[in-house]
Amino acid sequence: MTAYILRRLLATIPVMGVVAVFVFFLLRFAPGDPAAIIAGEDATVQQIAAVRAKLGLDRPVLEQFAIWVWGMLQGDFGTSIFSNMPVTRLILQRLEPTLALTLSTLLVAILLAIPLGVLAAARSRRLSDRLVMLFAVMGFACPVFLVGYVLIYVFAMKLGWLPVQGYVPISQGIWAWAERLILPSLALGITYMALIARITRASMLEVLAQDYIRTANSKGLTTGRVLLLHALKNASVPIVTVIGIGIALLISGVVITETVFNIPGLGRLTVDAVLKRDYPIVQGLIIVFAGVKVLVNLLIDISYVFLDPRIRY
Amino acid sequence: MRVMKDCLRVASLMAAGAALIASVSATPASSQEKVLRAVLHADVRVLDPHWTTATIAGIHGMLVYDTLFGNNSQLEPKPQMVDRYEVSADRLTYTFTLRDGLKFHDGQPVTSKDVIPSLRRWAAKDGVGQRLFSFVKSFEAVDAKTFRMELTKPYGMVLESLGKTGTSVPIIMREQDALTDPNTQIKEAIGSGPFRFAKDQWVPGSKAVYLKNPDYVPRPGNEPASFFAGSKFAGVDRIELVWISDAQTAMQALINGEIDFYENPNIDFYPILEQAKGVRLAPTGEIDSHQGMIRLNHLHPPFNNKKARQAMYHLVNQEDFLRAVVGDPKYYSVCHGLITCKTPFASDGGSQLFKDHNPKKALQMFKEAGYNGEPIVILATTDHNTITPATQVLIQAMREAGLNVDAQAMDWGTTVTRRAKKDPPAQGGWNIFVTTTGGMNASHPVLHTWIGAACDKGLFGWPCNDKIEALRNDFAFAQTLEEKKRIARDLQALAMDEVVYVPFGQWNQLIAYRSDRLSGFVPNTGLVVLWNIEKK
Repeated sequence: MTAYILRRLLATIPVMGVVAVFVFFLLRFAPGDPAAIIAGEDATVQQIAAVRAKLGLDRPVLEQFAIWVWGMLQGDFGTSIFSNMPVTRLILQRLEPTLALTLSTLLVAILLAIPLGVLAAARSRRLSDRLVMLFAVMGFACPVFLVGYVLIYVFAMKLGWLPVQGYVPISQGIWAWAERLILPSLALGITYMALIARITRASMLEVLAQDYIRTANSKGLTTGRVLLLHALKNASVPIVTVIGIGIALLISGVVITETVFNIPGLGRLTVDAVLKRDYPIVQGLIIVFAGVKVLVNLLIDISYVFLDPRIRY
Repeated sequence: MRVMKDCLRVASLMAAGAALIASVSATPASSQEKVLRAVLHADVRVLDPHWTTATIAGIHGMLVYDTLFGNNSQLEPKPQMVDRYEVSADRLTYTFTLRDGLKFHDGQPVTSKDVIPSLRRWAAKDGVGQRLFSFVKSFEAVDAKTFRMELTKPYGMVLESLGKTGTSVPIIMREQDALTDPNTQIKEAIGSGPFRFAKDQWVPGSKAVYLKNPDYVPRPGNEPASFFAGSKFAGVDRIELVWISDAQTAMQALINGEIDFYENPNIDFYPILEQAKGVRLAPTGEIDSHQGMIRLNHLHPPFNNKKARQAMYHLVNQEDFLRAVVGDPKYYSVCHGLITCKTPFASDGGSQLFKDHNPKKALQMFKEAGYNGEPIVILATTDHNTITPATQVLIQAMREAGLNVDAQAMDWGTTVTRRAKKDPPAQGGWNIFVTTTGGMNASHPVLHTWIGAACDKGLFGWPCNDKIEALRNDFAFAQTLEEKKRIARDLQALAMDEVVYVPFGQWNQLIAYRSDRLSGFVPNTGLVVLWNIEKK
C-alpha cells in the first residue's frame, strides 16, 4: 500500500508540470492586458507601457515562465499584480470560506442523497422512486444561480429566516457562521445530490439483484439491515467514485455560488483574477485546484481498499 | 412506549444542542460602534492613488488621505489642508501654509517635506499634474508648514489642479512613501485623512475596512461640505467597503438591510429600489455623473478623414442610446456638446453639427470620404452595464445606414487592451470603441482629458489638432470667467468640428442607501464621498 501511494504521488509531478505549462501559456496568449486594466481608464499608452515594464510583463514569455516555476519550486507563488500581496496569502485568506462551503455542501448532499437513492432502489418503480428521479432530473436541469436566487427570494427576502449573503468566520460564532452557509450549501448541493442519488439508486439496484441479498432476505433479516449492511456496503464503490468525481463539479459550482451569495472564497478569487488578468493568482489557483483534484482521486482510490476487501494494491 | 422514550431522548438532545449553539454564538459587536457597510462599483485592490487612475483607488485615497484643496460643486477650489495662501500680484508665486494639527495616522505631523514630494509624485503620472508642473520653476519648502511654488507663467489653474476631484487625486502622503518611484506601488496606506486603513483586515477582492481617525482635525468653522470642499469628519466608527459582484445580490442585501449603501445599482433595479421600504435612490450630485462617448480612431480609414467622422453625427440619435443605457428619461438628458451640459462652461458651440439625424446623409458623407464598404471594426464590449447596450445601439444604427460593421465581441478587459493598439483595424487594431467619462471631469476644458487632441501623446483615438491644445492652454491662463466661457465655447466648437469623439448623451447614475439609518450624504459627481455620513 505504501509503495502504491508513493508511486501515485510521484506520478503527480508530471501531471502538475503539464498543468503549469498549460495554465501559464493559456493566460499569456489570451487577450487582455493587466497593465492596461491597472493603469486605469484615463491612462495613456505610455503610462500603460510603464506599468507593464514595472510588472515585468514586457519580458520574454519563456523568461517569465522560468521565473514563475523557479519561485513555485521554492514555495513562492508570486505576488498579485493588483494588490501587491503574496498569492499564497491571498489563497490562505480565502481558503476557509471555500472549505466551509464545500464541506457543508458535501455533508448535506451525501446525508440526503444516499438515503434518497437507497429509498428509490428499495421502492423501485413506485411513487417514491419516481419522485426521487424527478428530483434528480430537476437537480441537473436547474442552474445553480437560478436555485440560489430562488432560495434567496423565498428564505431571505420573503420569510426573513436567513441572510441574503456574506460569510462570517467560525471564530465569530457557530450560528452566525452556519446560517450563512445553509442557502449556498442547498443551492450548490442540489446538483450534487441529484448525481449521487441517481448513482446510488443504480448501484443499489444492481446489488439488490444479487443472490446473497436473496439469501439475506430469506434468512429473515429486516429490510433495513439488508439494505444498509449488505446492499449499500457492496454498492458503495461506484458511489464513492462519483463523490470523488463530483468534487470537480463542486469546484466549478463553488465559483457561481460564491458569486451569488457573496462568499469570499477561492471561487470568487478565481473569477475576479481572471477578469482582471491577475496572472499570478490565476496560475496559483489552478495549481492548487489541480493538486486538490489529484489528492482527492488518490484518497478515493485508497478508500476502495476499506470498502471492498478484494481490492489490494 | 419505547418510541415515546426515543423521541423524548432525541428532543432533549436537540434542546441541549440548541443551548450549546446559542452559548457559542457570536456575542454581538459593540452595540455602540457605528459601521457603514457600502458596496461600491469595484473592489479595493490597489492602495496607491497616484499609481492608477482607477476610480476606486481615488475613493480609497480620499478616505485615507487628504488634499491641499478640494473643489466644490461649482468646481471652485477651497482650502482643505491649507490654512491660508497668497498669490503674488503677477500670479507667478503661490505661498501656502498648512493648518495646525495635521497628523499622519502613525502620529507624524504633516509638513512641507511631505507635501512637496507627494505632489511631484502625483504629477509624474497625472495629466493635470503634468500640465501644472510644466509651468513650475521651483517648488520648495519655506519652513515646516509653509511652501512656495514659483511659476514660469501665470498659469490660472494651480488651485483647481490641487483640488482636482477626478483620479488620480493629488493626495498628500508621507515623504518616505512619496519618494517611491511613481511606477511602483507604495506598500503602506498611511495618510492624514478622516479614516485609517485597517490593512490587517483587508481581504482584496472582498472587503476593505476603514476606521475612524480620532486625531483628524477638520476644517474649523463647520463649513458645509460640498464635493471635496468643506469640513470633513468621520460620521461613523468604521466603514466596510464590501465587494458584492452580483448586482442582484447587492440589491437584495440593501433591501434586507445587510448593507447600508450601494453606489451603482443596476438601472433595471431602479423600480424595485424605489418601492423598497427604507431605501432611497438619489443622484450622486448636481451635475450629471456620466457622459457617453463614441471614440473614433483618427489614424486609420475611414475616420482619418474628417468628413467620415462628421458623418457619425448624422447617425447618432442620442435618445436611442440613452433609452437603451438608462431607460427612464428622469435620469438622462440629451446634450449635443462635449462639455457637460448645465455646467458653468457648457455652451452650444459646435452643436449645429448634431442637429440633423439623417442616416442617408451619413452614408453619402462616408462615400464622399472615400469609403468603399470596408469593414469598420467596433470593439463590442459585452460585460459592461452601460457600454454594452450603447455599443449595440451604435452597431444597429450603422448597419441600418448601410455601413459594413465588423463588431468584435470581447470583455472590457480586452477592450481596454486593444484600444491602446495603433495597428490597422485588420491587423488587431480598431476603428471605434464606446466608453464613458465622468460628468464632473467633462465639465472643465482642462480636466476633460478626452477633449484633448494631443496626437500621439493623447488618449486612444489620437485626434490631432494643435489649436485645440492651444485653446485648452489659453483657458488655463484666462483670468476672468467671461474669458473662460468664451474660450470654452470656441474649444468645444473646434473639438466638435474635429470630432474628437461623438457624445451620446449624459445621465445621472443613482446611488441607493438606507435612508432610515443614514444621513449626511455629501453629493459628489466625481468620486463618491463617504465622510460626514452618520448612522443611527
